[in-house]
Amino acid sequence: MAATAETSHIELSGITVEVTERGRGRPLLLLHPGHPAGRIDAGARIMDLLAEKMRVIAPTHPGFGMNPAPPKLTTIDDLAYLYLDLMETMALRDCIVVGLSLGGWIAADMAVKTTERLSHLVLVNAVGIKTGNREARDIADIYAITDKQLAELVYADPQAMSRNVKALPESELTLMARAREATGRYAWTPYMHDPKLKGRLHRIRIPSLVLWGEADRIVSPDYGRSFAAAIPDARFGTIPGAGHFPHLEQPGALARRIVDFVEGNAP
Amino acid sequence: MRVFQFTEQPYPDAWNDHNGSLRVNLPNRKLDPVRAAELFHRYYDEWQLADGLGLDIMLNEHHSTATCMSAACVIGLSVLSRITKRARLLVLGYPIANRPDPLRAAEELATIDVISRGRLEMGFVRGVPQEVAIANLNPVFQSDRFWEAHDFIMKALTSHDEPFNWESENYHYRQVNIWPRPYQQPHPPVWSTTGSTYTAKKLGGYGYVMATLGTGYDTRRLYNAYRQGYAEKRGGAAAPADRFAYLGLVAVGHTEQEARRRGELIASYPRTSSIVFAPFRNPPGYLSIEDNVRILKGEGKPRSFTKDGRVVEMATGSVQDLIDAGVMFCGTPDQVYNQIADFVEHCGGMGNLLMMAHAGPMSHEDTVENLTIFAKEVYPRLKEMRQPDAAAAAAQ
Repeated sequence: MAATAETSHIELSGITVEVTERGRGRPLLLLHPGHPAGRIDAGARIMDLLAEKMRVIAPTHPGFGMNPAPPKLTTIDDLAYLYLDLMETMALRDCIVVGLSLGGWIAADMAVKTTERLSHLVLVNAVGIKTGNREARDIADIYAITDKQLAELVYADPQAMSRNVKALPESELTLMARAREATGRYAWTPYMHDPKLKGRLHRIRIPSLVLWGEADRIVSPDYGRSFAAAIPDARFGTIPGAGHFPHLEQPGALARRIVDFVEGNAP
Repeated sequence: MRVFQFTEQPYPDAWNDHNGSLRVNLPNRKLDPVRAAELFHRYYDEWQLADGLGLDIMLNEHHSTATCMSAACVIGLSVLSRITKRARLLVLGYPIANRPDPLRAAEELATIDVISRGRLEMGFVRGVPQEVAIANLNPVFQSDRFWEAHDFIMKALTSHDEPFNWESENYHYRQVNIWPRPYQQPHPPVWSTTGSTYTAKKLGGYGYVMATLGTGYDTRRLYNAYRQGYAEKRGGAAAPADRFAYLGLVAVGHTEQEARRRGELIASYPRTSSIVFAPFRNPPGYLSIEDNVRILKGEGKPRSFTKDGRVVEMATGSVQDLIDAGVMFCGTPDQVYNQIADFVEHCGGMGNLLMMAHAGPMSHEDTVENLTIFAKEVYPRLKEMRQPDAAAAAAQ
C-alpha cells in the first residue's frame, strides 16, 4: 500500500484542526479514541486498510496530538459541532463516519444533530450513553486504576499489546500524556457519557453499524447492544480477538466489516 | 512572628490496616464513630489550650481519608469560632475549586467571621490531587475554576448595595447578596498555598499571604517569585515578612531525647500522607504534561532539600533528615528557636509559622506538653525576633 498521507491544518471558526488524509474514493471520516489509544497515526494499519478502498479523513481532536485545545472547546458536543463544520468546509457528501470509543461518542452526537452529509454511521466500542441504573458503572473508571490494570481491561491479549513504556522516546511519551489529559478534558464528568444522548439516538435514520471487540472489559458488548437498540436502523456485531480497540488488535477484521457494510455485503 | 497550631485531625487507629491506601478507597468501616468522637473532642480541647496559650489556630480539610477527619472545614471553624476566645482562625484551606457552589462558601466564611467576631483568616487552596476523585469536578479546568471561584467569593464578600449577577461557564447566579456580610472590612485576610513559582508570583501580585509545605531549603525560590510579583504591582515595594507562611513540623522537649521521641510521632504525618492508591494521585490535567512524561519514565520529582542541596524524601526521611531539610523543627527550646531563626534567615523573612505540633498517634499528654513548652519557651523569643530586612531580601 503506497498511498501517501497528507496532513493539513484546517481553520474552523478560529480553531485549528489537524487532519490526515489517505486514499481515494468515498469519504470516510475516522474519529479516533481517547486514552490510552489516542490519535491514529497516518501509517497505522487501519489507515492502510481503509485507504485501499476509500478516502480516509482522520482529524486529531484538539488537545490530542500536539495541537492545543482552545479554552472554549470543552465538551464532546463542541467536538461534534467542530466536525460538522469540518465536513461543511471540506464539502464532504455521502460521508461514512466511523467513530472509535470516544470518537464513537462524537460520531453519535454528530448524527443526532444532523445526518445531512452522512451516508453511514459506524460506532466501534463507542462510549457516550448511560445504559444501566444510577448505581451501575457502565464504563470502567480508567482514572482509578493503574496502567497495568487498564491494559488488562482494554485488550483481548494484554501480553501481546504490552510495550516497554519507559523506553519510548520523549515525543511518544508526550503524546501519551497529552491523550490522557485531553480525554479527561472532554469526558471527566458526566463520566464518558452525555445523559441526554441516548434519548436522542432515535433521530439517526441512516444505516448504522455498531461493532464491538468481544473481549472489551472497559465497556461490555451488552452496552453495545443497548446502543444499537436505541438507533432505529442499526445492526450490531462483535469482533473476536479484540478488546476495546479493535483497530489495534484486529485491524483487518474491523476494516473488512466496515467496507462490507458500506458496500452492502454485510450479513 | 505569629504561630498557628495545626493538626489534620487524623484517625490514626486505621493507619496500620490500609492495604496500601489511606485515602479515597479506604473503607469507612475502619472508622469507629465512638472513637472518632473522642478524637474530635480531644482535638478541640487542644485547640482551646492553644488559644489559652496565645497561639493562633489553623485547620484544613481532606476527603475520604484516615489522615484527616475534617471533611468540611467549616464545621471545625464553626465550633472553634464559638469555643475559642482570641485566636485567629486560619483555614488553609478551603478547596474552592472542588465545590460546585462558591456562593455557599462565601456565606459560610462570612458567617464564621461574624460569629468569631472577625477572627477568620481565609485560605483558598487548589487541594491535593487525590481530592479530585471525590469532588468529581473536571481536574483539567481546576485551576481556572479556582480563580473564578476566588473572584466570585471576593465579590460576594465585598458587595453590599444590591444583588449582583454572575453567569459564566462554571457558575450561574442571578441574585447574589450574602447575609450576613463579613465582620472584617473589607474582607477577612486571604491566604493561599503553592509549590510553583508561576502561582507564587501571581499570589505576590495579589499581596495575599502565601504558604508552602515541605519545601524546606528550597523555599526561598518560591518566596522570591512572590516578592517579584508583589514588587511589580506596587512600584517596587518589598513584600513584608508577614506575607509569608511556612508549615513546619514542631517537636519540643525539655531534653533533646524527649523532643526526638515526639519528633518520631510527628513524622508520622509525612510518612503517611502520600499513602494512597497511585492512580488517585494523578488525575488528568492536575500535573503538567512534563511531569506526566517524567512519571511515565518512572522518574520522581524531589521537593525537599537540605541546606547543602541534599534531597530528602519526606515519606521516608529520618527525623534528622527532616530537621536537616527544614521540614521539622525539633529539639530543646533553644535548638528549636535556633532552627526556626536559621530557616527564617534562609527565607529572607517568614512571618507565620504554621506549626504542626500534633500528628498521628501522638497522645493528648504529649500534645499538651509540646504546645505548652513551645508557647512558653520558644514563642516569646520568636515574637521578638527581628525579621531579615525585606528590602534586602527583595533585592537578592
